[in-house]
Amino acid sequence: MPTTLAADVKIKPGLGAGGGKLGPGGGGPFDSDPQGKDWPPGWTNEHSIEPEKYRIGMWVGLASILMLFIALTSAYIVRGVPALSGGDSDWLPLEMPRVLWLSTGVLLLSSLSIELARRALKRNEYEGFKKWISLTTLLGVVFLAGQLLAWKQLTAQGVYINSHPHSSFFYLLTSLHGVHLLGGVMALGYVTIAALRMRIGFKRRAAVDVTTIYWHFMDGLWIYLFGLLFFFR
Amino acid sequence: MADVVHPVHGEVHRHPAPTSFIRKYVFSTDHKVIGIQYWCLALFAVFVGMGLSLLMRVQLGWPGQEFAFLKTLFPIAAENGTISGELYLSMLTMHGTIMVFFVLTTAPQGGFGNYFLPIQIGAADMAFPVLNMLSFWVTFVALVVLMMSFWVNLINPDDMANVIGPIGGWTGYAPLSALGEKAGPGQGTGVVLWISSIALFCVASLLGALNFITTMLNMRAKGMSLMRLPLTCWAWFTTAVLALLSFPVLLAAGILLLLDHLALTSFFIPGGTYLSGELVKEHAGGSPILWQHLFWFFGHPEVYIAILPGMGLTSHVLATFARKPVFGYRAMVYAIFAIGLLGFFVWGHHMFISGMSPYSAIAFSLVTLTIGVPSAIKTFNWLGTLWGGQIRFTTPMLFAIGFVSLFVSGGITGLFLGQTSIDIPLHDTYFVVGHFHLIMGVAAIFGMFAGTYFWFPKMFGKMMNEGLGKIHFLITFIGVNAIFIPFHVMGMAGAPRRYAGHDKLNYLQSIMPMNRFISWVAFITIAGQLIFLVNLIWSWIKGPKASDNPWEATSLEWTIPSPPPHDNFAGIEPEVHRGPYEYSVPGASKDYLMQTDSEGPVASHGD
Repeated sequence: MPTTLAADVKIKPGLGAGGGKLGPGGGGPFDSDPQGKDWPPGWTNEHSIEPEKYRIGMWVGLASILMLFIALTSAYIVRGVPALSGGDSDWLPLEMPRVLWLSTGVLLLSSLSIELARRALKRNEYEGFKKWISLTTLLGVVFLAGQLLAWKQLTAQGVYINSHPHSSFFYLLTSLHGVHLLGGVMALGYVTIAALRMRIGFKRRAAVDVTTIYWHFMDGLWIYLFGLLFFFR
Repeated sequence: MADVVHPVHGEVHRHPAPTSFIRKYVFSTDHKVIGIQYWCLALFAVFVGMGLSLLMRVQLGWPGQEFAFLKTLFPIAAENGTISGELYLSMLTMHGTIMVFFVLTTAPQGGFGNYFLPIQIGAADMAFPVLNMLSFWVTFVALVVLMMSFWVNLINPDDMANVIGPIGGWTGYAPLSALGEKAGPGQGTGVVLWISSIALFCVASLLGALNFITTMLNMRAKGMSLMRLPLTCWAWFTTAVLALLSFPVLLAAGILLLLDHLALTSFFIPGGTYLSGELVKEHAGGSPILWQHLFWFFGHPEVYIAILPGMGLTSHVLATFARKPVFGYRAMVYAIFAIGLLGFFVWGHHMFISGMSPYSAIAFSLVTLTIGVPSAIKTFNWLGTLWGGQIRFTTPMLFAIGFVSLFVSGGITGLFLGQTSIDIPLHDTYFVVGHFHLIMGVAAIFGMFAGTYFWFPKMFGKMMNEGLGKIHFLITFIGVNAIFIPFHVMGMAGAPRRYAGHDKLNYLQSIMPMNRFISWVAFITIAGQLIFLVNLIWSWIKGPKASDNPWEATSLEWTIPSPPPHDNFAGIEPEVHRGPYEYSVPGASKDYLMQTDSEGPVASHGD
């Protein structure tokens, strides 16, 4: 067994210290056992706050990413509606690069595979976990390559970021999403390497959990941006 | 985002204290060191910002006069020894930007919040110490990038020849901020440096906010229920939520502005723009009002980011030195939430003259006036806390009372400006400048002074000199009122803001003596700040040693040595038994009960 934890650890969602009545991280994985009778050897109370803090930190971080894209959406709407931008409409929607359908499909599949990876880890099926997490990383890289290909097709047609407002938003939103997704790919790479080296301890399980949340969010964000850019114009 | 890689980082704070100089004082992950770093950065920035206001007061009191020292200070920007209109505007922009971002946002939250939030909740460190360190260093780089524009004209005399920064004010209104050099000196390189600095600052603030929220939700000690938290913690938490939701919007605006500059896009630049008689052909179709909406959606919460920590600290200090519980603890917490929440729905009141629909203006106006309700709750509860107390007039107490005074005198004019009919004639006059300097500038600064005098013994283990502190308070309190109350009068006389002197306007000849008076008071008040600086340095080196709890206060930071050890509680997790403000509890043996005291009567609140 590569890990110190054999049993499936249930992590309850919730806001931290449970009113501070249970000690730090009450509401974390050990809140049913605050005395620590069944804890792994060497574990102190402090270990129990770790997974919760990553989870809370991730949701908080996603809230700020969401605000960034909400702000850009409002800019997109204001810029795209002629009456709001002062009447002189230079809004000229792009023709969608076909490759985007492909990358959208790839990203959806990756969301599925990361979910399979997470569940495999939860059941302690390490072979399954390794397989699915590697596949997710690969699909993430393929998605980014697809985005680059879409840019290449557009620049080949002479469409650049300053060509017209819709192309400005296209390049801006795809690159901002791409940068965030690249962060996700890097986290996946870290988890994958840890998995291949058979080092999935308690904390890296937390990393898998929050990476999954992040990855699903990035997937949903892309679907949203794809819809905004090509079906709401 | 870096936040997906924390798993490796979280471990750091469980290691023993670092021994190398670099790890201990420079790239430290200890929240206390980072707090002091933030505080020092803000101290440096506030003196730069104050230096700029001194120069602006020279110009406003004696417009266009030649001074030899200006030539020495700005060999290229002021080569003939006078302050040109453009130079004045660039000073104004840099003053505003430095003060708002690197002082008002940095010191109360990054400085005191970082240092005391973990200790007050009973934690060994922040939730993500490496992220915390990153947040400080990105802020540092942001300040360096901003201040680079002071020296651009020394390296390349043609670029920004007679300015030291952009000339569009800290709000950087489009389209002039988006058009580059042709919109004026400093609008090219100056704006690029300015907006890059702000974008970096946004990222740093987001990392900080994420850390604050997670720490407070997840790291509280045993027994530290939400309603037992000191009000300072609630203020820092709400501030972090505001920062988390408003800085991304400024970041979005900053990215769009940068693209308008560097990639020649047209997000903010409308078609048919004429600049100095020339038609702008590269851009068309953008919306300048879009910038205002995005900017003020951030800008208004930013005002509360600056003031909320001061409010929390004022409650804390008033209770400590009035030897009474905070009057209406729960009401204070809910009022902080209410102010934070309403702060997101009032940005339009900065834009009443932008040509918005009168219906939107009424909506914004109503919500704005509603903020008066939680603000009044806070003010009356502060007075209620003082009422009948056995007040100890220490320096931090004086500054906290000063905060209440300035909050009232600065806040009351907010009710004037929140109404469209009054705002429209007063907009862009000195009335607005007086209003926001009193409430956002000076009141927040008073919060920082109160914090410094209150927590200095804990942070550095030495007491500050009370005599010097009281002289500093008197000079500053009288000074700021003598400066900013006349601003309101000037505003009602119609003095426009941002002008580099009122001497050429006939109808303003009568306020020139007032301008000169304000300048003299400003010089004296600025000189008074040197007393503070001397007190800091002298106390740090030679001050008498501070005991663990010199103020006989109750919260957790006073249960540990001054200064605290590396891991705050030396590995022993504190256990909290009562609320944070149990002063003069009937039946208790002394007039205060620490939060960790398990013996003694329990007051009604906080359970």
